[in-house]
Amino acid sequence: MADPMRIRAAVAGDETTVRVLMSHIMEPGTRRDAAGALIPGHFIRDVEATHNGKVVLEAAFSGAVAQNPFLSFKFKGGAKGDKVVVKWVDNKGDTRTDEAVIA
Amino acid sequence: MNNARRVALKTTGAFATLVSLGLITQSQAHAAMDRAGFDIKTMADAVKALGGTAANSDQVTVVAPDIAENGAVVPVGATSKIPNTTEIYLIVEKNPTPMAAGFKIPAGTAADVQTRLKMGQSSNVFAVVKADGKLFSAFKETKVTLGGCGG
Repeated sequence: MADPMRIRAAVAGDETTVRVLMSHIMEPGTRRDAAGALIPGHFIRDVEATHNGKVVLEAAFSGAVAQNPFLSFKFKGGAKGDKVVVKWVDNKGDTRTDEAVIA
Repeated sequence: MNNARRVALKTTGAFATLVSLGLITQSQAHAAMDRAGFDIKTMADAVKALGGTAANSDQVTVVAPDIAENGAVVPVGATSKIPNTTEIYLIVEKNPTPMAAGFKIPAGTAADVQTRLKMGQSSNVFAVVKADGKLFSAFKETKVTLGGCGG
């Protein structure tokens, strides 16, 4: 199982800024090892962020997203104390869900 | 005798649970977004897969550094001031598969996302946004001193 995500969510005015740091090797599948064999790809495919059960962002990643992906976005309607839940699924079917409270 | 039968029953029960768990994970592993563009090798075809050609727009901004020292971690973001922006795609023109990431922006979420990408070499970084079914784009040139896609 993968390591937990680090999620920060802060409300300023009517906008909530969410910053997520996922822990993943994000192997693109184009690199070769010392013997010249392709290293199979292993990367996060889908990310979904929800606030009070409503989807606030969906993202599709490829192997071209950097290792330990960072993601930042803003949405309206968040309030202090609300929960933001982020879930990712990688190309091997591994998944991880973490949540943070809006500060 | 009876004990052996009980053990056998228990084992089959456990197996059934495992299978049903396996089935649940399979149905959960659905593709949330259309990934047609992600396997395409050229920039033009990738934009075509999104639905046609993209018009240049000064309402779209790519946030990327002029010079990236390490191509393995290049902070790239995009913002769009076009109303009803529903999708944002980040495309690195000279990567082996140019399409790097796509975002779906529901109503209420700002068309302003940031992430970090890998870049194999110096290239133009494009942001293609979809608003009211039309595509708009903008790009920024980023020079990479050390590639991040291996070789």
